[in-house]
Amino acid sequence: MPTHHILSVLVQNRPGVLARVASLFARRGYNIYSLAVAPAEDEGRSRITIVVDVESAPLEQITKQLFKLVEVIKISELDPRRAVERELLLATVRADGTGRGQVVELATIFEAKILAVGVEALTVSLEGHPDKLDDFEELLQSYGIVELQRTGRVALPKLDRQARLRAVKGS
Amino acid sequence: MKLTGAQALIKALEQESVEVVFGLPGGCILPAYDPLLESTIRHILVRHEQGAGHMAEGYAHVTGRPGVALVTSGPAATNLVTPLMDAYMDSIPMVAITGQVPTTAIGSDAFQECDTVGITRSATKHNELVMNGDDLPLAIRQAFHLASTGRPGPVLVDVPKDVLVAPMTWHWPTDDEVVASLPGYRPNTKGHARMIKAAAALILAAERPVLYVGGGVLKARAAEEVRQLAELTGIHVVTTLMARGAFPDDHPLALGMPGMHGNATAVTAMQRSDLLIALGARFDDRITGKVDSFAPEAKVIHVDIDPAEQGKVRRPDVPIVGDCKHVAGELVRIIGELLDGGAARADTSAWRSRVSGWREQFPLTYEPSEPGHALKPQFCLEKLRDAAPEGTILTSGVGQHQMWASQYWNFTEPYTWVNSGGLGTMGFSIPAAIGAKVGRPDRTVWAVDGDGCFQMTAQELVTASVERIPIKVALLNNSYLGMVRQWQEMFYDERYSEVYLSPDTPDYVRWAEAMGCVGIRVESPEEVEPAIEKANSINDRPVVVEFRVDSGEKVFPMVPAGQSNDALVLPPSQSDRKAALS
Repeated sequence: MPTHHILSVLVQNRPGVLARVASLFARRGYNIYSLAVAPAEDEGRSRITIVVDVESAPLEQITKQLFKLVEVIKISELDPRRAVERELLLATVRADGTGRGQVVELATIFEAKILAVGVEALTVSLEGHPDKLDDFEELLQSYGIVELQRTGRVALPKLDRQARLRAVKGS
Repeated sequence: MKLTGAQALIKALEQESVEVVFGLPGGCILPAYDPLLESTIRHILVRHEQGAGHMAEGYAHVTGRPGVALVTSGPAATNLVTPLMDAYMDSIPMVAITGQVPTTAIGSDAFQECDTVGITRSATKHNELVMNGDDLPLAIRQAFHLASTGRPGPVLVDVPKDVLVAPMTWHWPTDDEVVASLPGYRPNTKGHARMIKAAAALILAAERPVLYVGGGVLKARAAEEVRQLAELTGIHVVTTLMARGAFPDDHPLALGMPGMHGNATAVTAMQRSDLLIALGARFDDRITGKVDSFAPEAKVIHVDIDPAEQGKVRRPDVPIVGDCKHVAGELVRIIGELLDGGAARADTSAWRSRVSGWREQFPLTYEPSEPGHALKPQFCLEKLRDAAPEGTILTSGVGQHQMWASQYWNFTEPYTWVNSGGLGTMGFSIPAAIGAKVGRPDRTVWAVDGDGCFQMTAQELVTASVERIPIKVALLNNSYLGMVRQWQEMFYDERYSEVYLSPDTPDYVRWAEAMGCVGIRVESPEEVEPAIEKANSINDRPVVVEFRVDSGEKVFPMVPAGQSNDALVLPPSQSDRKAALS
C-alpha cells in the first residue's frame, strides 16, 4: 500500500510555475499521484495540491527542494487525519436495459448528480472525499465506464478546536 | 525616463556595477549590442558561447561577484547550458542574458527559437522570460540578488527582441522592492543559536574530530573564521576539491584533499573520525565513497546555507542552516568562552599522533621517470608550482591532470583554485582561466589542461590573444583521455576502448601559434624548468607549454567508484603498508 502524502504549496501565480514544480518532481525521481492547481485567496498567489507517494524521508528532501524554488512561498504537508479533502469525479457509464435503473439507483445512494442522459449511457458527477469517489468508481466499473475524469484532490488543514470556536463566536 | 529595452538592459548592468561581460552577438540579442558601444562595460568577444559561460564562472570564482554572459537565442542559449549547469553544481554566481525571438513569434518555431527558459530550468537557480520592457530593471536586479545571495548560483534572463527594441519606462527598484518581489526567497544566514551551542559541546567532547571544509566556505568568504576555529581547537582540516585554498596547505593542521583521489591521510582521518564538522560541504559521492560505510563512527555537524543539503546524503546529528562565516565565527566565540571558563576538553593526543603517523607513512608520491623515458606529469606540476609567482591562480579542466593539480599544488590562499567539481566539465580550464585573468589582471593565471580537454575549448585562446588576456596553459599531453584510460586499465582488464587521441595530431605548438600564442614543447626533464621560466616571463600574450607526459601514469591514491573509502588503492610503492591505515 503506497503512502500518500498531501502537499499544499502556495506559489506566486506566474507563468511557468507549474512546469517548475512538475519538472522538479521528475528531476528528483518522484512520482506525482495527483495534482490540482488554482488561484488562491490572495491575488497573485496560487495553491497547488500535490499528492505524492513516498516514504517520509524522501518527502522531507522533496519538500526542501521544492522550497528552494524562488516562486514557492509556503509548503504545508497535510496529515489526512487533520485535513479536509475533496475531489470531483465525472464519469460516463454504460446504462442500457436493466443496468440503467441500477446506475441511477447507485447515483442516488452516493448523492451523485446525473449531468447528461444518452440512449445507452449516462454521465454522472460526484463530489466528495477521495475515498468515497474510489468506492463509487469501483461500483460503476461493473456497468462499464466509457470515460472517466477525476480532478485530483484539493485539501486544506482542518480548523483546530480553538479556531472552530473562534469561527462560531465570529471573532 | 524613456529608454529602449536594450538601453535599459545595459543601464541595469551598469547599475549592478558590472565591469565586464563575456558574449557573442546574434540576431535576437543584436539590439542590446548597440548601446554597449557607449557603455563603460567591457565586452569580451568569445569564439563559442560555452566559452562565455565558463569565463563568467572563472571571473566569479576569483572575484566573488557574479560573472555575466550575454548571448543570442536558440543555439547560443543551448551552447550556454553546460556552463549554466556547471555553475549550478558548483554554486557559482552567474547571470546569463539570452536574446529570444520577438514575443509575437514565441511558440511558432521561428528562426533560432528555442524554449530557453524550459531548457535551462533545471540548470539554473532561477530563470525568467521578460515579456515587457518595464519589467527589465527588476528582472536584472532580481537576477543579481538571487545569483549572489543564499546558496549562489546561475540565473538566466531571457529577453525577446521586440522587448529590447520597444520603449520602456525606466525605474530602478530599491532593495526593499526587490525583496518584496520575491516573497518565496528568504535565505537563512544566521545559524540557530541552540544548534551552534550543541555543536560547540560536541566539538569539545570529540576525541577524533575532523573539519570537513567544502566550497561553501569560499562562497561565504569564511576562510579566516575557519582558520581561527581550527587553531583554537587544534582540529585537522580537510579541504575538498571545491575548497582547495580555503585553508592553507602549508598549515600544520592541513590534511589536504579527501575523496576518490584524496591523499591517504585525509581519506582515512575522515573514515576513522568520531566527529565530522562539515562546513559548506555536501557529502558528494566523490568524497564519501559508498555512503553506508563512510565515516561509520562519526557524529556529524553539518553547516550549510541550503536546508536541502541537511540530511540529503548523511543525516546530521547537529544540522545548522546558515552562512559558514557567521556560524564558524560563532563557534569560535562560543568555544573560546567555554575554554576560558575552564570547560573540559576531550583528549585528542592519541588521535593526533595517529594522524601524524599516517602523514609520515603516506605522503603523495610517484615514481620518477627513468632517464630517456617520458616525463611524469606530477614532476611537471611540481616544477610549475615551485616556479609560480606568489598569488598565482590555477585553473583546471577535468580528469587526471585536475587531480594531479589539486594534489601537487600548494594552495596557500583562497580563490586561487578554479575548477569544475560537480559537473566535471572537460574544457573548463582555458575559458575559466581567461575569466579569472580578467577578474584578477594583477595575478599570474596558469591553466592546467589535458589534451582531451584542450581540444574541446582551445579556440578561446584566440579570444585571449585578440583581447590581450595573457593566460598561460600547461598542457599535459599524454595522448589519451587519461582518466578513462586509467579506469579501463584498472577495471576493464586493460581493454582500451576509444581513449587514444594521438600525441602529435593536432600539433599543439603550431596550433597555439596559429591562435596568436607562444607555443613551447617540452619532452625531457631538463627542458621543464627553462620552459616554465620562459612562460612566466611572457606577459603580452598567452603561452601554451605542451608537456609530453607518460601515457601510462595513473592517479593515486584512488577509491574505486562505489566502493568504501576503506578500499583505498595506494600507489604501488606504499601498498605494502596498507595495514597502517586501520
